[in-house]
Amino acid sequence: MTFVLLAEQILNGVQFGIMLFLMAAGLTLIFGVMGLINLAHGSLYMIGAFAAAAVAGMTGSFIMALLAALIASAAAGALVELLVIRRLYNKDHLDQVLATFALILIFSEGTRWVFGSFPLFLDIPASLSGPMTLPGGIQYPLYRLVLIGAGLSVALGLGLMITKTRIGIQIRAGKNDREMIAALGINISGLYTLIFSLGAALAGLAGALVGAIQSVQVGMGEPVLILAFVVIVIGGIGSIKGALIGALLVGLTDTLGGIFLPELLKFVTDPSTATSIGSSLSSMAIYILMGAILIWRPTGLFGTKL
Amino acid sequence: MIREHQLNKIILSIFLIIPLWAFVTDEPFTITLMTRATVFALAAVGLNIALGLGGLVSLGHAVFFGIGGYSMGILACHAQTYTPLMEWPMLVSGSKSMPLIWINAVIMSALAALLIGILSLRTSGVYFIMITLAFGQMFFFFSISWSAYGGEDGLSIYIRNEFPGLNTLVPIQYYALCLALLCTVLWINSRLINSPFGLALNAARQVPERVETVGLNPMRLKLAAFIISGAVTGLAGALFADLNRFVSPTMFSWQTSGEIMVFVIIGGVGRLFGPVVGALMFVALEHWLGGLSDFWHIYLGILLLGIVLFGRGGLIGMICGEARQHE
Repeated sequence: MTFVLLAEQILNGVQFGIMLFLMAAGLTLIFGVMGLINLAHGSLYMIGAFAAAAVAGMTGSFIMALLAALIASAAAGALVELLVIRRLYNKDHLDQVLATFALILIFSEGTRWVFGSFPLFLDIPASLSGPMTLPGGIQYPLYRLVLIGAGLSVALGLGLMITKTRIGIQIRAGKNDREMIAALGINISGLYTLIFSLGAALAGLAGALVGAIQSVQVGMGEPVLILAFVVIVIGGIGSIKGALIGALLVGLTDTLGGIFLPELLKFVTDPSTATSIGSSLSSMAIYILMGAILIWRPTGLFGTKL
Repeated sequence: MIREHQLNKIILSIFLIIPLWAFVTDEPFTITLMTRATVFALAAVGLNIALGLGGLVSLGHAVFFGIGGYSMGILACHAQTYTPLMEWPMLVSGSKSMPLIWINAVIMSALAALLIGILSLRTSGVYFIMITLAFGQMFFFFSISWSAYGGEDGLSIYIRNEFPGLNTLVPIQYYALCLALLCTVLWINSRLINSPFGLALNAARQVPERVETVGLNPMRLKLAAFIISGAVTGLAGALFADLNRFVSPTMFSWQTSGEIMVFVIIGGVGRLFGPVVGALMFVALEHWLGGLSDFWHIYLGILLLGIVLFGRGGLIGMICGEARQHE
């Protein structure tokens, strides 16, 4: 276990965490402002990835692919909000879970119908492929560094938007008292549609960015969605800061757990048992982390009291 | 408008007539479909105890379904290969006996429900949904990485397990066994609803503060409901594994949790026979729509959206109207 390997794994964990943050930020905004639990967020992630892969296949341009992902997922988000989601704000969580589960079925099967069951591939643009040498002699893929940078700037932009702009003030006000801001003459249903498609665009962006290092296939969104739920439970619902810290914690735990748990167990048992038990344990590591945080703080690190 | 208890009798007679008719006309596949519906119904009856009585929106019931399935898979696979399950601290061998497998499935899933319940009941509302979903995913990944029992490929059991006095490989006999279990659990469930525990639980769902002021612990009531609920779904998992003679991590997947919840909602939350109707409808749709189109999940999704947005109280609610208290 060398320093270089450790540094690479930490970077992998950060990169994974940042992508989780893009998902979790949308979810937590939507829950914080509209009180809606959206299982179909993973479908928007998938739509972003498919739009990017399709456009990249046609035009060969990665920038166009990213734009297509943003537009397609934001449009899908707005459409779904107008048709279905806005009828759910006043219903209980059970109805929201069921309706958004139904949306997953429709989106997944619809995508399978259009694109077929085989995975698509989205290539990393040539200018971003290949490794980059970091201080300390660490060779690290340039594209993953770009992902970290892009994710962090989105996080920063989102933070600035919420604290500094007019729309951010409206979002925060909507979180606290929706009747009041409606009474002040703000178009609340327009604001809700906007927030929902903003969350959708973030998910679609994450899907497109990750799509270039994994395969683009139906059902790719739901495992990420569930991890984003773990992030939100850890960070506290409704808190963007909580989502960022939770996402980094989950990303690092997942990546480092997979490397270190088998290594640590080798001190206790023979190598083959250590590898098999270690890999089983590491697949559970983030959920154990979640359980521990629940015992310590039931509403998450930055959550308000229920 | 039909009264709910009359409708229940009609539903039960459907479960008797169709398989008997299929048996007479020699259509074993219909019997297998009905067995599938019966087992799904049992799983959903389990969830309905937590969801309908306790108000606990658990999106992780696949955990118990999967644990039930693997209880069967692990015990039967050791019996099949004549290897002991464990040698230390005492020798335990596998088993092909259904009653033993069922008891094991119930105990194991009840234990898992106890652990998950203690952790998730510290929260409520939307946190509870997310946490149960996350624990479900934890078991899913664990079962994939646990290579000793097939990992991603699952476990095949060549011969269905044995029940004293029956030939379980004959479809109608296995169906009868599953239906008898479903009826027993439904009977217990109906007794539970009007028992002091059921009434207290009902109150704890509606106004936990009042329950607390009369000296009951709402958290403990909900935990007990969650454990009973998990145990019933675990039993269904063992039956499902025996029906297919196959267990795989799919039983733990979040889609399974979602589907079990769909059964309850289609039929009617909190209604004794709601999950039963829901499971029957689901299997019928799966069979008919699945024959019409490869993409039948789209139609299922649209139907579900319609039920959530426009239907009140599922199928039973549409036929019988609002639930009567203490009927």
